[in-house]
This record gives sequence, structure tokens and C-alpha cells, in this order.
Amino acid sequence: MSDTATPVASEEHAHEPGLQHHFAEMQQQADTVKIGMWAFLVTEVLLFGGLFVGYGVMHSKFPEAFASAHHHLDRTMGTLNTVVLLVSSWTMVMAVAAARANKTKHLIRYLSVTLGLAGVFLVVKFFEYSHKYHEGLLPGKYFSYTGPQEPFESVFFGFYFLMTGVHGLPVVIGMIVIGWLLRRAVRGEFSANYNTPVDMGGLYWHLVDMIWIYLFPLMYLVS
Amino acid sequence: MAGHSYPEARRLNTTILGALLALTAITVAAAGINFGSPSTNTWVAMLIASVKATLVALFFMHLKYEKPVNGIIFVVGIFTLALFLIFILLDIDTRHDLRPANLAPPRGGPGTSTLTSPGSIEAPAAAETPAAAPER
Repeated sequence: MSDTATPVASEEHAHEPGLQHHFAEMQQQADTVKIGMWAFLVTEVLLFGGLFVGYGVMHSKFPEAFASAHHHLDRTMGTLNTVVLLVSSWTMVMAVAAARANKTKHLIRYLSVTLGLAGVFLVVKFFEYSHKYHEGLLPGKYFSYTGPQEPFESVFFGFYFLMTGVHGLPVVIGMIVIGWLLRRAVRGEFSANYNTPVDMGGLYWHLVDMIWIYLFPLMYLVS
Repeated sequence: MAGHSYPEARRLNTTILGALLALTAITVAAAGINFGSPSTNTWVAMLIASVKATLVALFFMHLKYEKPVNGIIFVVGIFTLALFLIFILLDIDTRHDLRPANLAPPRGGPGTSTLTSPGSIEAPAAAETPAAAPER
């Protein structure tokens, strides 16, 4: 650090709180971080892609089972969760806008609401899961539902639990990230000049929302 | 990002949220309409979902205002996934149609596949046993 830092660098950038020493300026740092984040988001899309392809194959193999099984899902709760996630995406993007406009109070408020909405999503999900658990609507050999049914309905519930579960994990991770952003925001670490973490947390949260946008019709609105 | 003041950003984002909620209502309503075949209904739902996802990517994720490289990375990823999905579904959905009409159905009758008859999954394992034990 001592021998590589030129006098110019230390004088001009020493006051930039968020700038890592290997970047020339804030803009370069933000651009680099964004490319990395988008590359990561693509890997997330591909991770879900395998599950979506599997769902597509099994749906076309057992259309009757999927159509019959999806009636066990509560469409009202699914729609509610969709609305909750969309609104939380809006509060998240508003948090990013507030950070860019140097409005820390607004940033804190929007982040808190986003965190709360993520909690609501998980609570609704918990009620849905426990309902299915008690009915025996579970994947594979654990499927023990005794009511009227089509053969192979357990395949649908395999995808239901796997896909909503793999989606629920990023929701929890997103909550941890938002909590961390909130802590830093309360400490006043973000400003119009340095807000890349809020921006990147936002990108992650919107991807979670985007995946749910596809999951919702595939799970709750099967025809 | 580029040149949006805070009130402008709020107005834009709120408009997008309104559009997303309206599209959600349309998806739910469209699920109750019969578009001819179940797969048409699925494609209608996927089309609406894609419109929603595009709105999220362009405005909430700021892709419209970012440097093109970020959008290119994302679109290449989506394109790769689309190739994967489309070719597999083409394969799965056209298998029965490709069999000539004068050809006898494969043993087990039409529609039988390894996925619908659990017994056939066991068959290769049983066939391997003699080969696996040549030494007496």
C-alpha cells in the first residue's frame, strides 16, 4: 500500500469513503461491480433454468396430474404473495433512488418496509407449506394424500417444494443483505456518491421477484 | 439513473408498479379463460410473465439506463436458457407425432415411456447383473 500509493492518489481519493484502492475512481468501481453482479445474476437464472426445464418436461408428461394437483394450492395466497413481492420490489427500487438522491431517512424507511414485506412473504409461505404438510401433499414417497387424485400428483409437489424452496432461500439471503444494508444506512455510510451496495442488493432482490413472476403462473395457475 | 430526479424516479417506478400489478390481475383472469388448449393457456401466462420480467429488468433493475454490457450479459444468459428450454420441449412434445402411422406402436403400447412405467427403470439394472458377474 505504502509504496504503490502515489501522492496524487492519496490526496485525491483518501476522502472517498467507499473507494477500494485498486480502482481509479468511483465510477470505474461501480461499473466493475455491476458487471460482476450481472454475471452472478445470470448464474442464478441458469440455476433456476434447470428446474424450469424439468418442470416443463414433467408438465408435458403428466398434464392431468399437474392440473389436478395445482388445485390444492391456494390461489389467493399465491396472488397475495405476488403482490407482496412486487410492492417490495418497488420499495427496493425507491430505496436505491433515495440513496442516489442523498435522502438517508427515505433510504432507511424504504429498506425497512422491504425487509418487512419479505417477512410477510415468508409467513404466507410458511402457512402454505404447513397446510400441505398436514394434508400429506408432499414429494415422491412422502406423498400420503388420500383424497380424490390423479396418478403422479406427487411429481407436481416435488417441483412445487423444490422450486418454491430454492426461491425461498434467496428470499432469506435477500433479507440478510437488506438487513446489512439497513445497518450501514443507519450508520450514514451511503450517499449520492457511494451507494453501490444498495444498488446491488436491489438487483438481487429484483431477480428474486422476477423468478417469482414465472413461478406464480406455473404453480398456481396451471390449466 | 441517468438524469432522473428523485420525484421523477418515484413517478416512473410507481407507474411501473401499477403496470406490474395490472398484469398480475390479467394473468389471474386469463387463467380462467379457455384459449383452446391447456398449452396455449400456459404460453399466454408465460408471455404475460415475460412482459412483467422485462419491465422489472428495464426499469427496476435500471437496464434501460445502464451501460449496454450489463444488458448483453443478461440477455445472453436468458437466450441460452431459452435454447435449452425450447429444444427440449420441442423434442418432448413431438415424439408421438414423428412415428409413422403404419408403424406398430412400441412394446407396451402408445404413450408408454420409462417415466410412466416404474418397472422399466429397474430393467437395465437387472440386465446388467449377468454381465457384471462373468467369473464363476
